[in-house]
Amino acid sequence: MTTQSLPARTDAPARTPTEKSPGRGGRRLLRQRAGRQHHAGPLAYVLLVIMAVLSIFPLYWTMVAASTDNTRVSQTPPPFLPGPNLFSNLARAWDEAAMGKAMVNSLIVAGVIALSTVMFATLAGFAFAKLRFKGRNALLMLVIGTMMVPPQLGVVPLFMMMSELGWSQQLPAVIFPTLVSAVGVFFMRQYLSEALPDELVEAGRVDGAHSLRIFWSIVLPVARPAMAVLFMITFVHAWNDFFWPFVVLDMTNPTVPVALTQLSAGYVRDQSLIMAGALLGTLPLLVMFVVFGRQIVSGIMAGAVKG
Amino acid sequence: MATSTTKALAGEEPPGRTGAEGTPRRRGALLHRLDIKGAPYVFVAPFFVVFAAFSFYPLVYTSWISLHDVELATLDVMEWVAFDNYVELWGDSRFWNALRNTITIGVISTVPQLMMALGLAHLLNYRMRASLFFRVASLVPYATSVAAAALVFTMIFERDFGMINWALGTVGIDAVNWEADKWPAQVAISTIVIWRWTGYNALLYLAAMQAIPADRYEAASLDGASRWQQFTHVTVPGIRSTIVFTIVLSTIGATQLFGEPLIFGQGPNGITGGADNQYQTLGLLLYEEGWKNYQMGRSATVAWAMFMLLVLAFVAQRLIKRLRSRTS
Repeated sequence: MTTQSLPARTDAPARTPTEKSPGRGGRRLLRQRAGRQHHAGPLAYVLLVIMAVLSIFPLYWTMVAASTDNTRVSQTPPPFLPGPNLFSNLARAWDEAAMGKAMVNSLIVAGVIALSTVMFATLAGFAFAKLRFKGRNALLMLVIGTMMVPPQLGVVPLFMMMSELGWSQQLPAVIFPTLVSAVGVFFMRQYLSEALPDELVEAGRVDGAHSLRIFWSIVLPVARPAMAVLFMITFVHAWNDFFWPFVVLDMTNPTVPVALTQLSAGYVRDQSLIMAGALLGTLPLLVMFVVFGRQIVSGIMAGAVKG
Repeated sequence: MATSTTKALAGEEPPGRTGAEGTPRRRGALLHRLDIKGAPYVFVAPFFVVFAAFSFYPLVYTSWISLHDVELATLDVMEWVAFDNYVELWGDSRFWNALRNTITIGVISTVPQLMMALGLAHLLNYRMRASLFFRVASLVPYATSVAAAALVFTMIFERDFGMINWALGTVGIDAVNWEADKWPAQVAISTIVIWRWTGYNALLYLAAMQAIPADRYEAASLDGASRWQQFTHVTVPGIRSTIVFTIVLSTIGATQLFGEPLIFGQGPNGITGGADNQYQTLGLLLYEEGWKNYQMGRSATVAWAMFMLLVLAFVAQRLIKRLRSRTS
């Protein structure tokens, strides 16, 4: 339930991973590349390296703190190199701080939300991009308008609703409100209006296929790269979502961010344990970013408002 | 922003034929028409159903609840109190404090964040080695949850052994009490927000910069524009709608700020936003009223006030824009 998610770009012509046609778009790309960009000078590199250090250092230091013990963490100057206790601290966080259960819960929550978001977003995105129906424009505007509504504001009735349904402290309470995403719908719509040729859909119609069949055998294969990107970005958001899970779940059944708050709640703070928990909870996403960084970056850029 | 999107959409209805049903062939044709007409609505329905149930209805119902006394322990007992909650909120100094904090933290976190993002995007737009590395690196904070980020920064800003105070000490500056003092606390909390979102916004700007036609730069350099002038006269106007979009998103995010101050306040003081409420935001106040004081009606009132703040922020933004365009 975060509003600051993958944004939508508003004008259609732009680059998607599939745009390979040598037509106007391709030529424009080439020209841009030739004329626009200057080579980076030494100053630019220096600034970029500083930026990269600032981005990565807090996580590096999380690892350092998670690998030492409390006395070492609390010394000045603070430690800058990893110590020997990383795995014992991680194991403690896993056992003592309910991080094990939290990781499993987060995996379920983020997995289900990402799957359903991708599914429904592709369906709706296909309809908005390629099917004709009355009220299409108005409905699409409505989808875009919903992005401006922060879900946090409905939290009191939502909480009442969940306790009436008997879902308080249960994972469905976290999953159901986030099964769809306006950003996802718009992202898939933008992608499919460019990547899916009208002729392909028409050919399916001529063959007598009904809409769901066309969706299944024509749209899905074309949409797959964008679906993968949307899956990852939604997964990241669902994994990190904080406010609503914090409200509706408790420590007996937390997601990772909720469990992390408990780590720091005591008056006596076990710093290494806290950092081990933070590291553990971030690790799956870091692995994903290292492996699929290129795709995630291109997905976020493809979804940007341009102009 | 969104108007241009749909302009190209205007589709026409397929010509509907009327005919009697009966023969198998006709029935097939009917099914076909049903499919053509109905399937699109079925495809977009899940989004609207879920949104209506879990976002729109709660939002509207919030205003109804805010006119009642509701206790957390007895959610089904609602006592009508009309505008009492609003009157009380108006007279509550904690509300004004939280409102001020939300605005100041919002400004401290959003303005530098977007300006740094603009600079970073400009750097990333150079042709260079390892450009993918720099892009992924700037996105690493985005992969870190509020909770994890806030925990790490709480330690980095720690008064006695934190890294920031140690670094300040090496250049002869006295230790700052980042948690207990109002402005340092707000700066520290803003730092978490800035750290998490700068790289993400930079990528949005970068995407927009790459869509600026090259001939605009060529024309500018033919006119003798320096690199800086090209940046202010070609790049920034060229990505204006992206900038507006990020301002809108950051403003929404700022009015909702919750996790960063909560965790920065470490447990016991978390919900109150420090011992003197020195960094309590509206989001924290909403939670405190509802889930610590058990007053759901008042909590809903705070939520409604947050919504009004958001509306006011956008009205103000519009007004400023209009005034600007009139003066220039």
